[in-house]
Amino acid sequence: MSASLQKQTVTEPLWMKSLLILIAVGFMTLLVILPVWMIFAEALKDGLTPYLHALSEPDAISALKLTLLVSAIAVPLNLVFGIAASWAIAKFEFRGKHLLITLIDLPFSVSPVISGLIYVLLFGTHSVLGNWLIANGISILFAVPGIVLATIFVTFPFVARELIPLMQEQGSDEEEAAVMLGASGWQTFWRVTLPNIKWGLLYGVLLCNARAMGEFGAVSVVSGHIRGLTNTIPLHVEVLYNEYNFLAAFAVASLLTVLALVTLVLKTIIERRFSRD
Amino acid sequence: MLPGFRVTLGFTLFYLTLIVLIPLAGMVLYSFSMDWADFWRTVSEPRIVSAYKISFGLSFIAALLNVVFGLIVTWVLVRYDFPGKKILDALVDLPFAMPTAVSGIALAGLYAQNGLIGQFFAEYGIKIAFTPLGITIALVFIGLPFVVRTVQPVLEDMEHELEEAAATLGATRWQTFRLIILPTITPSLLTGFAMAFARALGEYGSVIFIAGNMPFVSEIVPLVIIIKLEQYDYQGATAIAVVMLAASFLMLFVINWLQKWARQRQES
Repeated sequence: MSASLQKQTVTEPLWMKSLLILIAVGFMTLLVILPVWMIFAEALKDGLTPYLHALSEPDAISALKLTLLVSAIAVPLNLVFGIAASWAIAKFEFRGKHLLITLIDLPFSVSPVISGLIYVLLFGTHSVLGNWLIANGISILFAVPGIVLATIFVTFPFVARELIPLMQEQGSDEEEAAVMLGASGWQTFWRVTLPNIKWGLLYGVLLCNARAMGEFGAVSVVSGHIRGLTNTIPLHVEVLYNEYNFLAAFAVASLLTVLALVTLVLKTIIERRFSRD
Repeated sequence: MLPGFRVTLGFTLFYLTLIVLIPLAGMVLYSFSMDWADFWRTVSEPRIVSAYKISFGLSFIAALLNVVFGLIVTWVLVRYDFPGKKILDALVDLPFAMPTAVSGIALAGLYAQNGLIGQFFAEYGIKIAFTPLGITIALVFIGLPFVVRTVQPVLEDMEHELEEAAATLGATRWQTFRLIILPTITPSLLTGFAMAFARALGEYGSVIFIAGNMPFVSEIVPLVIIIKLEQYDYQGATAIAVVMLAASFLMLFVINWLQKWARQRQES
């Protein structure tokens, strides 16, 4: 198909093109670009000193530490799960596979508030398990373990749903050849499968991490909002905002915005690598 | 036969059961401890019913707006070249990557009466933040990537030959769009709509800051669940959550069905 023919017959007049581009750019500006700009503008309104001061407050630092801790537990667990699930689903045939894929995606369709609520019910005072835990002095709810569990729940499908279609597409010919030649299961995975799925894996981990660090609704339900103890960064943003401490709220929020922007840049790079491979 | 089937499937099922199935089933079981009359009284309270109307109604409107603007954004990204296109394409995913609370305070600030955007509307007496209009904006924000990322691959794969043939046979550009392009992308548009709608129904973080949260006016269902929890009314919170969970499952079913339809359409 020649470019000139395409231009003549399958495109819109210039005014129409310009109008559509204008609408798209305007829409994205009002909805996406300005909010990002707003966060940095508000955070740096009075210059760098109050901004850094807001970030170095003890409550902000303990929120940051908790967020890092929570994602350092949740992301590796979901990574191992994602690899195991995609290996089982992509390399083998078994009954109920379709149902299993649907169930893995389930946490995506549950409201974050409900994702927190289910753990409140499980570990709270109205369940047998909850009462037993409380009697034995083990606190899960309104403590770090509850936050970790809620975070694992909401980020549960991220790695698996990236890897499953990717590994299904690649098939298992290469792995079968490696095993025939005498490689062990582990060797096959490390030397054959992993190099093939590394970009998809990285992509899944990135998204999983962004969500783990940024989760608000589910964590808010299980955390109990104890300042300096069970507040993650997103919860700390809410606390500051509700205290009308807008500068500090936007300063802390800017950290998460940087995380989101870095995630997008890496994602774009990975996608380019993907198409090149 | 490759090794590792038993151990990987075993771990998958164990982890899935522990993290997802037991807690979800626990909530449903807990709701059975209420008797039916109590359950019904809770989920049909006027304040809750008005929250359903607000949540479902505004999610529907937001998903509809996402279809219109999402299609324009996708079209422009796939068909045209202009400076900054790559950045615009990457920014489509931002609502997905941004923590909801951060988006929430940014949108609330922008669309408040003294905010950068809100002030222009305030001149004409239109309030956006702290009204249902504000909720709609937050829901459009959160649903945008779903429509664009579902329609984009379909539009990219479309053959130009059909459009050329239509043009050669004397069809106007609008006729070609309506009769050839639109039918091809309709399944993916509907899938995107359903995904955006499902996401909007459960959304909490980006909405509560801009919503105003007035009972009967701008109170969404997820917030009602939180309010019940704060009042230690666990049964009430669970009853409403079970209703919303049923709605989510229904949407999941609809989305699966739409995706299947879209795949069949694309293959034929």
